Amino acid sequence: MNAPLLRFDNVNKVFGSPAGGVHAARAVNFSLHSGRALALVGESGSGKTTCARMAMLEYLPSGGQVLFKGEPTAARRGRDLAAYRQAVQMIFQDPFASLNPAHTIAYHLKRTLRLHRPDIRSADLDAAVEEQLAGVKLDPALVTPKYPHELSGGQRQRVNIARALSARPQILVADEPTSMLDVSVRLGVLNLLNEMKTKRNLGLLYITHDIATARYVAEDIAVMYSGQIVEWGACSAVIDNPQHPYTKLLLSAVPDPERRFSDAASRIDPSAVDAVRRMAAKEQSTIVKAGENHFSLAI
Amino acid sequence: MSDALLSVSNLTIDYIGAETDFRAVDDVSFDVAPGEVFGLAGESGCGKSTIAFAVSRLHAPPALIRKGSQIRLAGRDVLRLNRKDLADFRWREVAMVFQSAMNSLNPVLRIEEQFYDVLRTHTGCTRNEARARTAEMLKLVDIKPERMRDYPHQFSGGMRQRIVIAICLALDPKLVVMDEPTTALDVVVQREILQRIDELRRQRGFSVLFITHDLGLMVQFCDRIGVMLSGKMVEQGPSEAIFRAPQHDYTKRLWASFPSLKGGVLG
Repeated sequence: MNAPLLRFDNVNKVFGSPAGGVHAARAVNFSLHSGRALALVGESGSGKTTCARMAMLEYLPSGGQVLFKGEPTAARRGRDLAAYRQAVQMIFQDPFASLNPAHTIAYHLKRTLRLHRPDIRSADLDAAVEEQLAGVKLDPALVTPKYPHELSGGQRQRVNIARALSARPQILVADEPTSMLDVSVRLGVLNLLNEMKTKRNLGLLYITHDIATARYVAEDIAVMYSGQIVEWGACSAVIDNPQHPYTKLLLSAVPDPERRFSDAASRIDPSAVDAVRRMAAKEQSTIVKAGENHFSLAI
Repeated sequence: MSDALLSVSNLTIDYIGAETDFRAVDDVSFDVAPGEVFGLAGESGCGKSTIAFAVSRLHAPPALIRKGSQIRLAGRDVLRLNRKDLADFRWREVAMVFQSAMNSLNPVLRIEEQFYDVLRTHTGCTRNEARARTAEMLKLVDIKPERMRDYPHQFSGGMRQRIVIAICLALDPKLVVMDEPTTALDVVVQREILQRIDELRRQRGFSVLFITHDLGLMVQFCDRIGVMLSGKMVEQGPSEAIFRAPQHDYTKRLWASFPSLKGGVLG
């Protein structure tokens, strides 16, 4: 079997002093394969964004290593690092803050193309920009001369996706790409990510707090709490047959029109919530296999 | 309907522009019964927050409520309240919780001080009375009363949001307007807070005007729902009906934009 595109091998991250610091990632293991999406799901402070940043080599792990196609990444410098940054592109949460307000959309895309695509001649840049925009279903004639503030959130997020894809990455890291978008355009952006994942054989690391969108986008899922992955495996297996109490809690709290608050059976018990949180925060290294591709930490 | 607590009829609101006006709310009518949770659903810009602002008389220029619009709360004509009546009306009759409410606490005042501020202004109570009421209200939202001596930054976001809700309920308002009260919070915290509000409204009998973009959540929490599209209310009915048998095309499309936990979309 080929080495996975990206692999976290027992990765730890501590912010602050080792003695009294915050343990943002604890013994995190996962693999990302091309043409597949892995969703890292968790609430604020669970460590999912820390993992995304380590995948981008913005932070180096305090322990363990991040492997790209089986090779360690920590020692990458200069050209090696630049090549990695081309291969691993990021889409940010805030479509308003992630484009430079002083430049047109054409400028944003050209800059990426100049940096990462030396094969494209200057004369062909305009055509390449148009091709990228058309790829994310934006009208190039309409969008290229515009500034970011002239576009809607959904359009901006498409520009971000076009910009990331124009570097011809192998991995796309999307950190809450739709949480700041209006409901009516969210699905369109998720569909686009799905389509690109398949068409370009990308490995998609999808970071979200919304487990329902995780199922929509990802084949694999890892549920994080307090820096640990508490349950992982095939998305459908984990969601349909959750093993870990925290996963069960998270699933029971997802808004579900089938379960009205007025039915006693659909309520969750606040005192049980605290118990689950305390339990899930404890360090645990014993792994329980629940199925072919489905694991959880022991309780 | 005479037994409604809140009765909004033919409400039309324009945002006045230099050349053209923008109609944010277009001839909207709905009633909220005592003890009922009524939801306003729709995408950004559909006018749902503009209605919330108008109901609590917080709308400000360039928003202009057009002639013929009427908002009645417990028999009072809200749009005709003068400054003095308005001071009495807010908090006592209508309280508001917004998305960023947790950031509306004063960072340099202890929690008890912020309760005292509201209670003294509206009831003229003493410090000791205020303290007793604060303890009672904090218990209601599952926060230990002794923490009233703490400052806002010592609480998590979810706890701060619960504190704001407790302040809102301290004067026993008849209606609580909640505009995306839990959108910035994690789902588990969101569920804990809304479940608590659901219990409280059953115990204390206040009504809620609830605004969110999350239709699934809205069906769980609300008794009835109005769906808005560019200023108009296109559909109104019991939550079950809005979910199981949506009539308007837009409602159906809105459902189809939510991924489902079971795979695919909700609609």
